[in-house]
Amino acid sequence: MTRHERKQLRSGLGFTSLWIVGLGAFTAYPVLASLYYSFCDYSILKSPVWCGAENYNQLIHDGLFWKSLANTLFYAGLSVPLGTIVALGLAVLLNCDMRGKSLYRLLFFMPSIVPIVASSMLWLWIFNGQYGLMNGFLDLLLRPFGLHGPAWLADPEWSKPALVIMSLWGTGNAVVIYLAGLQGVPMELYEAAEIDGASGWQRFVHVALPSIAPVVAFNAIMALISAMQIFAQAYIMSEGANGNGNASDGNPARSTLFYTIYLFSTAFQDLRMGYASAMAYILFVITAALTWIGTRLSRGHYEDAV
Amino acid sequence: MRHPTTILATLLLASAPLAAAGGPVHVVYWEKWNGFEQQAAQAVIDKFNASQDRIHVDYYDATGQIDRKVIVVTAGGDPPDIAGLHEQNVAPFADAEALEPLDGFIRGEGITNEEWLSRYYPVYAKICTHGGHVYAGISTPAVMALYWNKTLFREAGLDPDRPPRTLAEFNDYSRRLTKRDPKTGRLLQVGFLPQDPGWWPWIFCEWFGGRLFDGKHITFATDPKNVEAYAWIQSFTKFYTLDGVKQLSSEFGPWASPAAPFFTGKIAMVFQGSFYENYIRQYKPGLDYGMGPWPENVPGIRDFAMAEADVLTIPRGARHPREAWEFIKYMNTANPNARTRDELEGAELLDFLQVKGSPLRVWSPYFTNHNPHSHIAMVRQLSSGPHVVFVPQIGIWQEYYREIIASFDKVRLMDATPEEALDYSQNRLEASWVRYRRSLERHGQWAALGEKPPQ
Repeated sequence: MTRHERKQLRSGLGFTSLWIVGLGAFTAYPVLASLYYSFCDYSILKSPVWCGAENYNQLIHDGLFWKSLANTLFYAGLSVPLGTIVALGLAVLLNCDMRGKSLYRLLFFMPSIVPIVASSMLWLWIFNGQYGLMNGFLDLLLRPFGLHGPAWLADPEWSKPALVIMSLWGTGNAVVIYLAGLQGVPMELYEAAEIDGASGWQRFVHVALPSIAPVVAFNAIMALISAMQIFAQAYIMSEGANGNGNASDGNPARSTLFYTIYLFSTAFQDLRMGYASAMAYILFVITAALTWIGTRLSRGHYEDAV
Repeated sequence: MRHPTTILATLLLASAPLAAAGGPVHVVYWEKWNGFEQQAAQAVIDKFNASQDRIHVDYYDATGQIDRKVIVVTAGGDPPDIAGLHEQNVAPFADAEALEPLDGFIRGEGITNEEWLSRYYPVYAKICTHGGHVYAGISTPAVMALYWNKTLFREAGLDPDRPPRTLAEFNDYSRRLTKRDPKTGRLLQVGFLPQDPGWWPWIFCEWFGGRLFDGKHITFATDPKNVEAYAWIQSFTKFYTLDGVKQLSSEFGPWASPAAPFFTGKIAMVFQGSFYENYIRQYKPGLDYGMGPWPENVPGIRDFAMAEADVLTIPRGARHPREAWEFIKYMNTANPNARTRDELEGAELLDFLQVKGSPLRVWSPYFTNHNPHSHIAMVRQLSSGPHVVFVPQIGIWQEYYREIIASFDKVRLMDATPEEALDYSQNRLEASWVRYRRSLERHGQWAALGEKPPQ
């Protein structure tokens, strides 16, 4: 390394030193410390005591760990594909040449910037079995058959689907990204397909979709990572709809006990930070694995399409 | 002395006594109240601050999950001097070494723990202790009672001034107070629904004579009375039908709102705390209701009740523990001779302003005769009995409580028989209890286990 290069290195390190310190103190250290704690009996108030793989061993035999994982995968399995379809559909519609396009874009984007607490309170009312908008609408369809809408958040069968429906409300971010992708598709491709006699659907499937495949893959993977970490809305709505002061157990009947909620209650209610750290690392591995699989699959699709 | 560090250190040391001499010690007090309860607390604090010039208590609103906040700041080494927690926090927090025992301060008053605790009704004395140590003082107490809607009683042909006195009567009343739509069969009103408010499903076990913990073992599923209680809970779903319960409960608004089922007349009888009167006044003024004792369930026990309390504690690492103790002592003392509102002190002043009973055995004439709670005599009667229970003092209570709620949901939603639900929870809790004890052993907390360290 020449003197000039060493000088440049020092300058570079000097300019980034604050960030490096921040990363080390507030990200790298906690990440590494939690890995160590995952092998400890640790309550944050007392010194950690090394216990080997005990936490991981207990997790394997913990029924609630598996239940919370199953609930989370159920939610992710429904919300990610549905969210992708809805967001893509909206983006296609908003990409059409029509009057008031900007207003529609604004309207569809707005829900995604509403704070999660506010939107959760709003959806609590929408899902109210008696007075809620959802059942008000459903009753119009079901009443002739003598049926009534479900109790949604108060019913273990319907609480997770309710949260999936709610998640569709916040697809505004994805819509904007899809819209940008669609607008980047060269018009010549559409025109060529049209000349070849392709219908609108065929143009979408064979021209637009392959062209924005990387965007779809990116959005789907981000949605998957987000879905695996669902917390706030489930935490708020579980308590709001069932009201027994036990929001951290996924009421009713643990039907909305998602992974991060179980992790939270283990860490901050039971003060089992070591166990919670082990849970966090397992979630990290699961999410990383799903992301890797998603990336591999989408890459295959994308390459085939190209 | 020219070295800057030395100069700085000297200045700091010199300024410390000046600061102490310059004014009162500021005690940081975190509490969970807002609204009129906060105003009442502030009024008592103002009176305490005015009563002397050494200590100034500063109230901080820490509404919402105060227990979690206190744990985090205690772990971080910067806790408040006083934390207003819930009674169920005492045992787990003490085991976690998050609280300072008050024993030394009590000894400093020249009395024993027993002498200090003798000021409370027995249940509140027990709430303050864990493992033979005093960890808390009471801020405000509550006792659960039966509330019934007199209007609905009249409509059902029942005497509005005679609540059910036995479990059999309670069940009978509950059915007679249930109304359905004659055309659709849909539930319009029920006499009682165990899930409302659903905060204390474990209390039904105790009411049936069961125990949750015998001091050594988890007895959730092994005590047949608990299974009996859960079968009783399920009997309501069987009677109303599962769809009926789901539909009706989906119509309930939040408990502290005008849409709460007891206020809208959808439920005729509830078990609620003595504080409920404040909410009735706020959300359903004019409601014609009664408040009375729990119906006799175990033969011969007519004074069963459940108590809870907000407690005052000193977190470990608090900067001014001695001053904090002075305030806790003030809040757990009263003027037994008070004959006017201005003469009320400490516990009585706070409870008077919050429209609640006092945890102390001795009530002043003014507090007794002018208490704004319309059923204050009943509150006192229920608080003072020998059969008043409160949450089991067990370090894994949070986990236990979640299991109780989960099994309660399973049973009321007909997902499992009472035996199945309780067995499942019992297995989980036994494993948790073994793990918890192992953790205490690892950390050398033999005292918390009630054992001596191995030689």
